Amino acid sequence: MTTGTFRRRTVALPLIALLLLVMALTRPAFATLGENVATVQSDQAHMRANIRMTRTTAYTTHELQSPNGTVVREFVSPAGTVFGVSWQGQSLPDLRQVLGKYFDQYVQGMQKRAGHGPRIIQEQGLVVQVAGHQRSLSGRAYLPEMLPTGVRAEEVR
Amino acid sequence: MSARHSRNLTAIATLVGLLVLAGCGGGSSSTPGNGLTATSATSVQNVQPLVVNSGPPGVVYVNGAFTSVTVCVPGSSSCQTIDNVLVDTGSMGLRIVSSALSLALPQQNDGSNSPIVECNQFIDGFTWGPLRMADVKMAGEQAKSVPIQVIGDPAFTTIPNACSSTGPSEDTVQTLGANGILGVGPFRQDCGLACSIGGSVNPGFYYSCPSASSCAQTTVTLAQQAQNPVWMFASDNNGVILELPTVPASGAPSVSGSLVFGIGTQANNGLGSAQVLALDANGNFTTVFNGQPHSGSFIDSGSNGLFFLDSATTGLPTCSGNNQFYCPASTQNLSATNQGTNGVNSTVSFSVANANTLLGNASDFVFSNLAGPNPGSFDWGLPFFLGRNVFTAIESQGTPAGTGPYFAY
Repeated sequence: MTTGTFRRRTVALPLIALLLLVMALTRPAFATLGENVATVQSDQAHMRANIRMTRTTAYTTHELQSPNGTVVREFVSPAGTVFGVSWQGQSLPDLRQVLGKYFDQYVQGMQKRAGHGPRIIQEQGLVVQVAGHQRSLSGRAYLPEMLPTGVRAEEVR
Repeated sequence: MSARHSRNLTAIATLVGLLVLAGCGGGSSSTPGNGLTATSATSVQNVQPLVVNSGPPGVVYVNGAFTSVTVCVPGSSSCQTIDNVLVDTGSMGLRIVSSALSLALPQQNDGSNSPIVECNQFIDGFTWGPLRMADVKMAGEQAKSVPIQVIGDPAFTTIPNACSSTGPSEDTVQTLGANGILGVGPFRQDCGLACSIGGSVNPGFYYSCPSASSCAQTTVTLAQQAQNPVWMFASDNNGVILELPTVPASGAPSVSGSLVFGIGTQANNGLGSAQVLALDANGNFTTVFNGQPHSGSFIDSGSNGLFFLDSATTGLPTCSGNNQFYCPASTQNLSATNQGTNGVNSTVSFSVANANTLLGNASDFVFSNLAGPNPGSFDWGLPFFLGRNVFTAIESQGTPAGTGPYFAY
């Protein structure tokens, strides 16, 4: 999935107690892309997901697996910013949550092309790509200006 | 231009209506259920006209295959023929925009007598609306009491947040680009088993709506889901063939073809020398391009171009001002190999022309060489169907080449 000289995989953080605490103390912050890494936890709670972390020298990937099979990956820079997200499954995740403040831009961008098929939204500061078909939906979004040094956009998948 | 096509469609719809009437009287000796139907002297008329054109009035659609579908109040002769319905091998289920439907079809309710309403997710948007029951007729074929989705029904205008949070709505003729979508993909239902299981494993497409503004996600049985109507036909129910002619490299204003029901059930729908690509559980296979395999590839008449990979892997530049399509300086001839999960390899040759040049011609709406990026996989859209007979076999339905799901061409 990713290349890197240092790679560590930990099956960690399905900390139910912490999760319950987070859910009890805070309403999930509805934001992810472009936000701080802390919002990953609100996504995790929202999706009731298991989470798995993969770390390269350039970024950390949080993979959230929902019980219904949908997988969301959130790519976090060393500075703690979510610079990319991807999703795959039979159903879409809550993209208002996953895309945060970019959701409206995504919806508007999706409507710019007539005819059905995959979509690519490439605008100032935002790239969104969606693909697949009923029962097999996938997509990704990233912030080109926030990619960590040396990270290629193709790695967000 | 669209007015002319609309007149053609009206003529086709009239013809279809006559054929349906003829087919209804003919009866059939076929055996429902197993997909294999004995050819007999009373075989039903299984050819439904298709047209690829600019779509319904007010819509400018490129590379869309449209047909007409007749829906009836179940068990009655109260029917309506809907034209400009997009034929889609990438989805399952018949969906009709409410503004195109004047017939009052009965609502499907759940066990607590609440209406079942669906948030159907396409890749480019969702459709929201109730499931209503209809007898579905095309050519001489009939499927009785089929749950279909009525999109944008004024009885259910409050879209739940969990639905609207997935993307744009496609609940009007304008946003859908069609009066409806006929999903004849390789599965029986739009969702399948997942929607019949309770709890968090359920993808949550279906809702129970005790009132129009209070809907809650619910489980539905397989039979309650939106159905690919073809597998519910009394005969010729194991799949479809889309048959469309080639077009000149510069494009064409419109072409006519056929949607043929059944695979190997009649003299006109045999597989012949077609290569059969078995599919994975999601309806995908692998496409190899320049030696690199790309899983998650598929054939989809509902995608309006050949969408594959990206500029970095293909060397094809996207268009200036339109990054949805490729714009090579000169037409590129390429090839790729599709690999079914059954190990069958099939090499496909295809061309990619400059999309800005193609789309700059305002009188053409059918292009065999319109292509664009789709990072990571191949989406063989409508151009793939031009000049080919493409078979879509439905899951669990027997055919002479084995049980679906598969694509063959």
